[in-house]
Amino acid sequence: MIVATLVPLQLALLAAVAVLAPAVALARNPLRMVVINGFYNWALVVLFMVFGAPDVALSMLVVGAVGYPLILLVALTRSRAKTR
Amino acid sequence: MTRRIRIGMFLAAGAVVGFLLVWASVDLPSFGHYRGPYGYVLNRVVTPERHVTEVVTATVFDYRGFDTLGEELILFAAVTGVVLLLRPEEREAAGNLGDQVGSDAVRVFGALAVGLCVLVGLWLIAFGYVTPGGGFQGGVAVASGVVLLWLVASYRAWEPVARDTALDPVEGLGAGGYVVIGLAALWSGLPYLTNLFGPGTSGTLVSGGSIPFVNWAAGIEVAAALLVLFSEFLDEYIVPLS
Repeated sequence: MIVATLVPLQLALLAAVAVLAPAVALARNPLRMVVINGFYNWALVVLFMVFGAPDVALSMLVVGAVGYPLILLVALTRSRAKTR
Repeated sequence: MTRRIRIGMFLAAGAVVGFLLVWASVDLPSFGHYRGPYGYVLNRVVTPERHVTEVVTATVFDYRGFDTLGEELILFAAVTGVVLLLRPEEREAAGNLGDQVGSDAVRVFGALAVGLCVLVGLWLIAFGYVTPGGGFQGGVAVASGVVLLWLVASYRAWEPVARDTALDPVEGLGAGGYVVIGLAALWSGLPYLTNLFGPGTSGTLVSGGSIPFVNWAAGIEVAAALLVLFSEFLDEYIVPLS
């Protein structure tokens, strides 16, 4: 059954999300946070995909892995320019 | 506030939120046991009625197209607000900001990624009602491909594609196009946003009646809105005031 083969993958992705979410919150360095956040969102995208929701996965991809990190990058550029 | 009190407050608040979370989750339907009737209805109805194979996009742009119009106008209003707040002052010509990317690898792969992202975005919009995707997701992907120009090259490479004189009309075209497609139904004596054209052939780009037009309008609006948004933020944060 396709469901049986998917279960280990689902568990692995759930574990990855559980590890990465606090990692984002605990990251002290903003740039490192953006990168970890990218991995976290990537895990969520694959998670939704594996749970059979490709449309949600796509929305997560464009919002979490594209839109939000770009806003963060702009903010980082600004704070760097200020401290320089 | 001492560390002790803060930890105490966190534990109390955490216990309350945790309790609410568990309480709310207990009554959830078990995995794969969806309870609402509309999902089943749409799954059965969409493909025979509209000849569209992607039920989510058909729902978003047809069965609840009026809600989507509201969502699109929220984005439009939000971007307009940002523009009103951030655009007024005259800025120096950006010139050479000294933000060129040094690494050749980043530049080469980045340049490839620009084309790839834009292409994937256009594909997501174009086939949004055949396979998973649609105007919203595709629009963001197109915009992100263009924003990559700034990330992998420099502000100078990005600036020409982000002129407000070019972007603002495109954004208006997307938002206005959606409204006009709805009005076209009114002119034919039907309720607003009624699906007008024949359903076409299932599984091809010629299917879904009005859905492709509404879908493209949303895609154009979202892509242009995001580009306007990024361009305003970049101008605000990067280009010095004159």
